[in-house]
Amino acid sequence: MTVAATGAPRPILAIEHVAVHFGGLIAISDMNFVVNEGELVSLIGPNGAGKTTAFNVITGFLKPTKGQVTFKGQSLNGLKPHEVTSLGLVRTFQRTSVFEKISVFDNVLIGLHRRTSASLFGTIFGLPRERRQEKALREEAWEILRLVGIEHQADELGGSLPYGDQRLLGVALALAANPSALLLDEPVSGMNASETGRFVALLNKLRANGKTILLVEHDMPMVMGISDRIVVLNYGRIIANGTPKEIQNDPDVIQAYLGQGVKHA
Amino acid sequence: MKRLLPYIAVAFFASVPLWLQDQYFLHTLVVTGIFVIAAMSLNLLLGYTGQLSLGHVAFFGIGAYVSALTSLGFSVEIFGLQITHEPWPAVIGVLFGTIVAGLCGYVIGKLAFRVRGAYFVIVTISFAEVVRLVSLNWVELTNGPLALPGIPPLTLGFEWTGYATLWGKAQNYYVVLATIVLAYILIKRLVNSPYGRAMIALRENETLAVSVGISVTKYLVLAAVLSGAMAGVAGGLYAHYIQIIDPMIFMFLNTVTMVIMVITGGKGTLAGPLVGGLIFGIAPVVLRSYVGPEVQWILYGLLMILIVFVLPQGIVPAIERWFTRKGGSASASKPAGLVLESSKGARS
Repeated sequence: MTVAATGAPRPILAIEHVAVHFGGLIAISDMNFVVNEGELVSLIGPNGAGKTTAFNVITGFLKPTKGQVTFKGQSLNGLKPHEVTSLGLVRTFQRTSVFEKISVFDNVLIGLHRRTSASLFGTIFGLPRERRQEKALREEAWEILRLVGIEHQADELGGSLPYGDQRLLGVALALAANPSALLLDEPVSGMNASETGRFVALLNKLRANGKTILLVEHDMPMVMGISDRIVVLNYGRIIANGTPKEIQNDPDVIQAYLGQGVKHA
Repeated sequence: MKRLLPYIAVAFFASVPLWLQDQYFLHTLVVTGIFVIAAMSLNLLLGYTGQLSLGHVAFFGIGAYVSALTSLGFSVEIFGLQITHEPWPAVIGVLFGTIVAGLCGYVIGKLAFRVRGAYFVIVTISFAEVVRLVSLNWVELTNGPLALPGIPPLTLGFEWTGYATLWGKAQNYYVVLATIVLAYILIKRLVNSPYGRAMIALRENETLAVSVGISVTKYLVLAAVLSGAMAGVAGGLYAHYIQIIDPMIFMFLNTVTMVIMVITGGKGTLAGPLVGGLIFGIAPVVLRSYVGPEVQWILYGLLMILIVFVLPQGIVPAIERWFTRKGGSASASKPAGLVLESSKGARS
């Protein structure tokens, strides 16, 4: 078994028995799932099912009441968000995903923060090592802008971009942190069809580069088309976990999304 | 043109003592310059990290007192322990003042940045008040309200160059000018580096900044340390130039002056504190022959309100926008004012 493990799934992110209670409200009751390396997994569910809460727990913005999250075999319990990012697990946000009053180029430069080892001393005295690093950073920022496809807007302010491009910039920011796993919170919500098409093309490019992606999304055609696996949440509980095909035919999922009116008809 | 502007400004201000006859006005320029340094240090916190320190004068005063005491020497009893310090050279005093002010920045940063925004403002105000009370009541060390007189002027030089004691106004003027240039270069390099970008990112959107791996405490505390130390330098220069300091140095009004300089000049811009500092440093002297000091303060208040209403970003960004618009209509079709100063400086 282990010899032929080249194609075997290797878990990179594991959510084990995670529960989140806000006072008496149970946002997530008991969540278990894994994301394997290089996989694209979608987390779906009706509004209020706990998807964003799950994201917040995974990335350290929220402490779970119970359970733990492990990334690359390391427990993330008690880590601050910026420490989680440093391990290579980076997220985007539903709304505020770009620095609005800062140029697109500088947005990406900020995203590259984790890549530099410039010392304060060297920075202040303008030492060659820091100058070289800064130059390399700028080149890398251009590369990321080109990868995402918004390089011609580098000089514009983040907040002045069209909506779809802002989402792309949000991903560029996250990519700049050089994540091995990317968590995208409703990246295509509010996008028109052509913008969504561009976004899916970008996701496919990222997968080709070996990035692991966990996606929260409501756009079902997109989710069904792009995901390796889908995890369905309802009322803070996982009700299904499988390939898009399995999910489409799962009676629990159909009931969660459409209700059970058929029986009473 | 824009790239040459700093050099032209430095050359102009370097020439001032050569042709300026009025010694009182030169004195005004030295004190203004010292306050400009303090305003630049405040800008690092207020302008780039977005945290308002309303106790900034504490760092300035600590720099002044530590520097003065190091060069004057003192003898105090703490818990039955007699501590005597022999006078050291004034330069060492400024250095110590800088270090101690920076350390205070570290402590305040560590304590206050657990809570940001309004709480930080309150912590800094309280800090300044505590320091003021100490300076007023620890008479054995600070002489209290009787002031610390006879602070020696700065002495520069090495054994192999000989020493020069800065008694004159022009000499002090050049030292202050050189310090401003150094502070400007330091801040410019910092702002266009990952350090400065992290601070700006925290100001613009903390949650997003954290999500790309920026540590909040690390960069806010760093800004507080650098800002405190720089204000400490200004305080040290002040003590050795004026040669007498008393607890009045901790007046809240001094902090307000710095804040006004930064906000009217343009917070978060490199030139803002310089422009605002010059205006509010020189205005009292120019206005003195026309109106009394009470009316002056009212005028400053009105001017401040006017500027905040008409040019909410401050004078420097307004001028910049005006130039971009003029240049933009002539050469390129790019929308005016879309490029931030940080990105323009960064690409040059």
